[in-house]
Amino acid sequence: MFFLRSNYRHPEFRVGMREFQGLAPGIAAWGLMTGVAMVKSGMGVVEALLLSVLVFAGSSQLAAVPLILAGAPVWVILATAFCVNLRFVIFSLHLRPYLAHLDRWQRLGHGYFTADLSYVLFTRRYAQPASDAAGRKAQEAYLAGNDMVNWLSWVSCSVAGVLLANLIPQQWGLGFAGILCLVGILCSLASTRLRLLSAAVAGVAAVASYALPLKLNILVAIAVAVAACVAVEKLAPARAEAAPP
Amino acid sequence: MTMPDWHTVLVIVGLTLVTVLARGFFLISDKAWTLPQWVQRALQYAPIAALAAVVVPEVVTTNGNLVSNWQDARLFSALAGALAYFWRKDVLATIVVGMAVFLPLHVAWGW
Repeated sequence: MFFLRSNYRHPEFRVGMREFQGLAPGIAAWGLMTGVAMVKSGMGVVEALLLSVLVFAGSSQLAAVPLILAGAPVWVILATAFCVNLRFVIFSLHLRPYLAHLDRWQRLGHGYFTADLSYVLFTRRYAQPASDAAGRKAQEAYLAGNDMVNWLSWVSCSVAGVLLANLIPQQWGLGFAGILCLVGILCSLASTRLRLLSAAVAGVAAVASYALPLKLNILVAIAVAVAACVAVEKLAPARAEAAPP
Repeated sequence: MTMPDWHTVLVIVGLTLVTVLARGFFLISDKAWTLPQWVQRALQYAPIAALAAVVVPEVVTTNGNLVSNWQDARLFSALAGALAYFWRKDVLATIVVGMAVFLPLHVAWGW
């Protein structure tokens, strides 16, 4: 976590911050428009601020707001948010070997602050968990640096979006900058044939299963794409490793 | 600012715990266990799959239906953004070039 001295004093912390900086405008635009959307749909200012600062998960916030406003039962709201967040469960499985040496509260703290983009950046930089204590510390500090820039840009811009909701026109579609940010990272990851396959299968599967409720199409798409890549790896191991032409 | 509604505040606290639970799901257990090798290999394909699963529907669908009309600012913007990435190897270039294509087409042209 970025507020621990052992993380923010580590040189890898700055590397993590620097590598996240290019993505910050995308997160910022997405946070801004999430703030605007919550207020425009009728959420109170204080409640919308709390949602952005505490819940810190755009898609589950946007899924929860209409349910809160409609007075849905609490368990329905929480179950909906959990389902919308299911991709994070997969991410946490991936992160476990990197964080297993920490105590539970630190592991959960890192988990809480690691959203989509910091997870992607972290696993891009470190394909394998470190094998010694110094390496583990460096990885932790890098993750914390990512998380801090992510958190600051999200929270500051969501707060701005909530407070300035009536000044920012939704029809301009500024939130598309967040999607473009993801497009850029997607391109940066597309370095092997199998990763390209993973992206292609996931994209098609996510569109094909879009009708599923609770954004379950994202979970289905990840599962199908990963299964497809594992299968291809088994059938054609040599070609699969090759870089794309 | 009006006083917050306490029921809603409690729901928000619950939602915060849901974020912790989802993002920390496999980090909760203190037991020492390691992932089977094949799972660890399989998971390396998850990040790009998750990105594609979020991005592609946002670019090519409207209300759940595939776009039927090529006059859509998102298609051109995403394409320009991807090309900008391969040109500069920089995500910021994707955002800047993509929005430079998106905003005129979307706001001025109405695509």
